[in-house]
Parts: sequence; structure tokens; C-alpha cells
Amino acid sequence: MSLPGQAVPSLMEEFLEGIWKQNPVFVMVLGMCPTLAVTVSAMNAVSMGLATAFVLVTSCLLISLVRNIVPSEVRIATYILIIATFVTVVDYAIQAISLAMYDALGAFIQLIVVNCIILGRAEAHAAKNPPMKATINAVGMGIGFTIGLFALGSVREIFGAGKLFGISLFGPDFQPWVVMVLPPGGFFVLGGWLLLFNWLKSRTPPAPAGVKVSEGHAHV
Amino acid sequence: MSEQQTIAPSPAPVTPSAAMIRTLGIVASICGALIVSAYQITLEPVAANKKIALERAVFKVIPGAASVTEYLATPGGIQLGSDTVPAGAVKFYAAYDQAGALKGIAAEGAAKGYADVVRVLYAYSPEKQAITGVGVISMRETPGIGDKIYTDKNYLKNFEALDVRLSADLKSLANAVKVVKHGTKKNPWEIDAIAGATVTSKAVGRGINESAQKLLPLLVPHVDNVSRPSGRQSP
Repeated sequence: MSLPGQAVPSLMEEFLEGIWKQNPVFVMVLGMCPTLAVTVSAMNAVSMGLATAFVLVTSCLLISLVRNIVPSEVRIATYILIIATFVTVVDYAIQAISLAMYDALGAFIQLIVVNCIILGRAEAHAAKNPPMKATINAVGMGIGFTIGLFALGSVREIFGAGKLFGISLFGPDFQPWVVMVLPPGGFFVLGGWLLLFNWLKSRTPPAPAGVKVSEGHAHV
Repeated sequence: MSEQQTIAPSPAPVTPSAAMIRTLGIVASICGALIVSAYQITLEPVAANKKIALERAVFKVIPGAASVTEYLATPGGIQLGSDTVPAGAVKFYAAYDQAGALKGIAAEGAAKGYADVVRVLYAYSPEKQAITGVGVISMRETPGIGDKIYTDKNYLKNFEALDVRLSADLKSLANAVKVVKHGTKKNPWEIDAIAGATVTSKAVGRGINESAQKLLPLLVPHVDNVSRPSGRQSP
């Protein structure tokens, strides 16, 4: 989204925005409900990330396509309708792919409807940009969200079960650190990652770095 | 107030209601079409997945089974299973081996555990009049604690021959399935709870008892009706 007088971001910048500068998990700290709840294993985290990314990309594309014909009075209703449609599609698709995965993700698939990343993107970006740009930005955000979930899920699975993607890493003698797959573990790991990200940003030497750090704290 | 009124900007152009309704109508139609096509496309794979998941669960509690048929036990007798379960009826699965002989009956039991409902599938042997195995369908119990109900070997031994004989009038179980404190099991109808996972192990017992109390009085008098897979039965 560009303000008057600001340079219009290139497509590459649009794409990278969600992966690094505005990463939904580590920078914007949005969508914490699925982030904390389903990241008990790397597989769950990646599936949830991809499901959310699919809804994000398809709904941003459709919203961007209809953006000029939707009166602003009914725009939120329209966005929610479109988002809910793609969530329903994903819901059926996951049931068709794997019932075990569907059971593991549980209600969180349906809850993608109210994921604030998606409605936020729809309102702040897709509704104001042409389809190409909106889609690329949404792909970047989706990948950024999936990376964020994977970062949590892999750490929690390694410590909490001694496995990664179901493959045992430490042999049968490993005593799992069960708290990591319980809700408190989600907060510990998320806290750890946020600490690491903010530390990395604060280390950047040039002066403008100071601005970036405060940006990182804005939504915490 | 009057001052404010004079400086108030002229109102923004009002969108006619017809435009809003039209937009919502168009978007809703597109969305409706998308949902219906997604449902139609996934209908078959989802049904196939559910069948595979059911067979896998049943084969796990009834080793040696090769096919599964769904039935309903109703007060009027036994019928083939359908998607809707009428009131008073209990759904169960009959498992057959390669030759088509009845290997056992499987049914579902559910009861509230520590975190959420624990759903189990248990195997019933009409010959032994006993439960011969149990498997978990779904649960959200604490990992490392509640999951002992399917990892603890001593606990699973309870279900190798759990007595669920019917009383003389065939109206209920002769002895209700009961979960007792760890280490105090004396009778074949009692389940020895897991020390440290009492709530979850009690839920399994309660779920089985509730389901067996309803199912077995309806099933046992007619069990001969399901001794062969229904497809080969002549009327």
C-alpha cells in the first residue's frame, strides 16, 4: 500500500514484504490463535500454514477483482463471504486429502474465516490494488505465515516428541519434554522466536534500524 | 449546534440500496457455486477416506477381519446401516474374515475425559460374550498422560476378555463394566485404572459400559442375523 509521494513498491518488494519485513507471525504478531494452537508438530504447522495461504491468496485475488464494483457500505460483508467460501473449499479439500490431518487440525480450519491476517490483507491491500499485485503480496504473506508456523511447529515437535515430521531424531532413549507440546510450550517457543527476531533487528548497525525495531513492537 | 450544521460538509453520495443488494447477490451466487462444486468434487474421495479410516479402526480391534458391514440394532431387530441413526437404535459394525465368517462386532463408546470427549471403538465377541479389544478413535487428552490408555500394556490387558454377559432377562448387562482403583481388579467385568491417568481410563470404561448396555440387549437375541455378510444373505 503506498501513500501519495511514496515510491510504488515493485512486485518483488510486494512478495518479500510478507516473508520478512511484515512477517505476520514474527513482526505483525497476527493470527496467534492457530499459531499457538496447532503447532504441536511440524506437519500440522505446515498444513495449517498452507491451508491459510490458499485462502489468503484466492480470497485476495477475488476481492481485488471485484474491488471496483463493491460499494464500501457492504465491503466487509462481501469480504467475509468470499473468505468463508474459500475456507469451506479448503475444509472439503483437507477431508479429501487426509482425515487424520483433518482431525488433528480440528476446529482451526473453520476458524481461518476469522483469521485477522486474511481480513487485514483484504481490507488493507487487496481492496486497493490490482489483482496481480494483490495476489503476489498474498502469496508472500502466506509463505511468511507458513514459515512462522513451521518455525514454531518444528521446535515444539523436536523438543516435545523428539521427532521431526514424524521421524525420530534421538532414538528410543529420548525422554520427551512434554510441556513443549502443551499450550505453555507454544508461548515459550513463540517468545523465544520473537526475542531472536527483535535481537537480530536491533543488531543492524545503520541509524534507520532504530525505526524498524519500534515497528516490530507496534503490535505486540 | 447550529454552527456545526452550517459547516457540515455536503453528504457523500449515497449508494443506492439496489446496488448493494445487487453486489451482494452476485458475490453470493459466485460463492455458492464455488462451494457446491467443491462439495461435489470432494464427495467421493471424502467418503472413500471415511470408509478406509473406519475399516482401519475396526481391523485394529478385530485382528484377522477382512471386511466390515455397518448395521443398526433397533428394538425391532437388526437392519443395514444408514447415515441417519433413528432414536433408540445403536450403530455397530460386523467384521468378517476372508471366508465370510463373523469375526466379531465393533461398536463405538464415548465419555467425557479430562479435556474432551474420549471416543473408543471396542470389539465384542458373541461367542465369548466378552469385549476382546479396544482402540481410541479420537481424544484430546494430555499427551504423555492420557495417551497411556493406548500405550499402557497392563491397562490394555483389561480388554482382552472383559466380561459383558447379559443378565438372565437379556435386558441389561449382568454386571456393569466398572473402572476400579489401580490394583484392585477382582472380577472379569472390572477395569483396572491407570495410576496417574485415572480420569481418562475411567472415561474409557464409562463409554464402553454406556454403549454396551444399550447395544448388547438389542444385538444378542438377533446375533445370528449378522453371522454372514448381508450381501450374500438370501431373503
